[in-house]
Amino acid sequence: MEQLSMNLLGAAFFLYLASTIFYAVSVTGRKWRNKQGEVTGNRWGKAGYITAILGVVAALGYFFTRWAVAGHAPVSNMFEYVAFFGITISLAFVIIYGIYRVNVLGLITMPIVMLLIAYGSVFSTEVQPLQPSLQSHWLEIHVITTAIGQGILAVSFGAGLIYLLRTINLKEKGMTKRTFGVEFIMYTLVSVIAFIIVTNAFGAFDYEANFAYINEEGQQAEILYELPPLFGPNEGELLTEDRMEPWLEMPDWIESDDLNTVAWTFGTGLILYALIRLLTRRRVGALLQPLFKNVRPQTVDEVSYRAIAIGFPVFTLGGLVFAMIYAQIAWTRFWGWDPKEVWALVTFLFYAVYLHLRLNRDWHGEPSAWLAVVGFAIIIFNLIFVNLVIAGLHSYA
Amino acid sequence: MNQKCECGRVNPYGTEVCGSCGKPLADPDSNRLLNMRYEGAARRSQIYSTSIIDKIWNFFSSVKVGIGIIIVTLIASSLGTIFPQEMFMPPGETPEVYYEEEYGGLGQVYYAFGLHNMYGSWWYMLLIAALGVSIIVASIDRFFPLYKALKSQRVTRHKSFMKRQRIFGTTRVEDIDHTFQEAQDLLKKKRYNIREENGHILAEKNRWARWGPYVNHIGLIIFLIGASLRFFPGMYVDENMWVREGETEVVPGTSGDYYVENQGFTYEEFDEDDEIFADGMEASAAIQFEETFRTDAVLYTPEGPLGVDQELEEVDRHPIEVNDAFHFDDYALYQVDYKLDELKELSFEVEDTETDEVLGSFAVDLNDPDDTYALNNGEEVRIHSYFPNFEMNDEGMPTTENDVPDNPAFIFEMVNPDTEALDHTFLGIQANYNVSPDQEENRYAFSLDGFDTNDLTGLTVRKDNTIPYLSVGGAIFLIGLVQGSYWPHRRIWLQRNDGEVWLAAHTNKHWAPLKKDIDAITKETKITTPRDQIDDEYEKGEDKDDS
Repeated sequence: MEQLSMNLLGAAFFLYLASTIFYAVSVTGRKWRNKQGEVTGNRWGKAGYITAILGVVAALGYFFTRWAVAGHAPVSNMFEYVAFFGITISLAFVIIYGIYRVNVLGLITMPIVMLLIAYGSVFSTEVQPLQPSLQSHWLEIHVITTAIGQGILAVSFGAGLIYLLRTINLKEKGMTKRTFGVEFIMYTLVSVIAFIIVTNAFGAFDYEANFAYINEEGQQAEILYELPPLFGPNEGELLTEDRMEPWLEMPDWIESDDLNTVAWTFGTGLILYALIRLLTRRRVGALLQPLFKNVRPQTVDEVSYRAIAIGFPVFTLGGLVFAMIYAQIAWTRFWGWDPKEVWALVTFLFYAVYLHLRLNRDWHGEPSAWLAVVGFAIIIFNLIFVNLVIAGLHSYA
Repeated sequence: MNQKCECGRVNPYGTEVCGSCGKPLADPDSNRLLNMRYEGAARRSQIYSTSIIDKIWNFFSSVKVGIGIIIVTLIASSLGTIFPQEMFMPPGETPEVYYEEEYGGLGQVYYAFGLHNMYGSWWYMLLIAALGVSIIVASIDRFFPLYKALKSQRVTRHKSFMKRQRIFGTTRVEDIDHTFQEAQDLLKKKRYNIREENGHILAEKNRWARWGPYVNHIGLIIFLIGASLRFFPGMYVDENMWVREGETEVVPGTSGDYYVENQGFTYEEFDEDDEIFADGMEASAAIQFEETFRTDAVLYTPEGPLGVDQELEEVDRHPIEVNDAFHFDDYALYQVDYKLDELKELSFEVEDTETDEVLGSFAVDLNDPDDTYALNNGEEVRIHSYFPNFEMNDEGMPTTENDVPDNPAFIFEMVNPDTEALDHTFLGIQANYNVSPDQEENRYAFSLDGFDTNDLTGLTVRKDNTIPYLSVGGAIFLIGLVQGSYWPHRRIWLQRNDGEVWLAAHTNKHWAPLKKDIDAITKETKITTPRDQIDDEYEKGEDKDDS
């Protein structure tokens, strides 16, 4: 059953890939116009949509079989949550595409979904038991609702990114704030790809470097690196033979292995990004730009806003209201300023700012698109950084 | 200084769009799209600005100011997560030292700026209060003008109102009556409310969605008021207690009204050979996987007249687990912590070194030791000193860290009946010294004979009478949020002007679905698709970019 479940997730991944390809063909291929002369996409767009729906079905198959195996919803560690977050984005896409039928939205959302599933798979994929505070149906209610809310909000990021790639001139010489911003997003996405490549490459060779070091409590402990140690632990001593010595030693309060992974991610990301720039002699955003030239900016602006209007109440319900009910039951208090709670509040406040700014027409279009990008960055920050780096009650992975 | 519109309506000063016919009053000759926020109605904040109260009102009524307050709150909240807050500091640490020692210079800065106690600080509270004021003032300032404007809007709209809507088009039609009838039927089918006046039509739906923001703001205010009630005495209790197995303790925070007995503590871990979880547990860095911990608790209340004779009477019993608290009265007892295998009893054997005879043994209850213990032959062991959690202090004297028997040590005293000399023996875990005052050889030898342990349960006592207010506030907030987010307010105006059909449309959000509704009309009737004048503006802008 567990194997079947993972196979279904694999199938979903390839369906999302197929969907991406179909949407790419639909965007670059021949256009079909209705009698008013509006571009309505073509049959490839429909194929993209159908495969995306099949992908969601397969992914839900993964979700529920794994639920049946473990006896609890698979949303309780990093792999499970990140993968589920990807799935909810595809679900949100299926809903919003149904309203607006914008093919480029699939072209940008489906790869984000694939990146998230691939990223999640870097973490341990085994089924783990639940600690007592998680043994509650409120875990499922709270996390699933929050993830769906975040998935819908993520679609607004996809639409916002399309808006930026559509409207900002990325061929101009010299760096401006706008071109830098777009390229920074591109660099971040390239870094995620680099991270997945690097961890899988070293994982394939079972790379391990074990250190003895002095931890925060001043005690002797061991730490296992799965990537070559650029940053070593506090007073670390290599236990594994034939491994490189770290370049720099970190103080005890820094999770040196996580920092090392971050350094690898953004380092190889930079190399990969520089390579693309050198080989093509163009900005990465400029390479993608032709795909979006037929997009009507007002439409993607509206899609981005619509996604936030739909996603914000769902996120509030799951990430704050259900969260408070659950916290009252499991942790005796509905609110305790745990970092994850605070960052859910920050996310809420940020989108509240967006919705209020949106009252003013000057903030429609490009400013809204930038805000959608920042909102997604906050969600990802809360998902990854707060879980892995800032210690708190939510650090399960 | 009110303004009289040509339609006869007297609009208050500051009105941008006539509340009745929609004639633009602010810039009547412009061609720019009308700003439809709050229907162009005048708000208090735009009318009065002389007195200090007006100025305060105007400050807090501004959405910009509100957004500013939210952004400052957002940034402040996130800064508080850089390092752990004071409340998460390990017990026994002082913040002055802790932040510098743990996090170096940055930690020192963090502490100096008071970020270590962000969420309880006066200025964070002030921010939240300002947010509350802003929500109230901005909502009142906008709701009433908007409500009046939407209530008094007439079907017949001024021509320039029509022209300056984002969606606008004109069509020359032969049989206007027939076309209007068709359009009206189509819109009815799409659940628009139709109003007719002078042969013109206003189709409107979901006006109630416009109240959503005000409903959710009311919910937020109730929530914030509820949260502030915590600071009133009697509303809130948060206490911790430890209870050993078999013991009964008074429940703190209940003014002695309740006692709880720990009848037994259960601790279970997941089986490491578990069929489903074995691989997952092996892959994880965690060492133990606790499955359950549970206290079989019995609740008592004292009965009878106050004093020594009071007896405890059982009220209720409940196995307390994580996620399953013991509720009674306004209180709840939560399972939060435990301590397994704490030493409970040590037993010792005493031997007379002169006769090599075992004099007997005795067991000391570490939580409640007796003064003396009688041995078989009638001799007595007196406890001279007891250190439950033994350590040496700076002067090299034995002392105890606290009264938790984690490292118990004793000085036992016996009297040598022959010499009347005092025998003092220091006995602890892996420690056995002669500490007699006369430094003579001790006659009696003590040895550790056995021990017994028990478990402790850590419970949190909680009472929070603010929760009903928070629930009501939260529910109203969500209802308002959904009301305002999931139903767009749409209006379509159809006018007949000199043999032409004029169509204008407006929505407070999401234009594509509104256009779909209009498409249904243009498909079935002779009316042509109106222009989206934003597109015109945009295309003009794009031409400029290219040139």
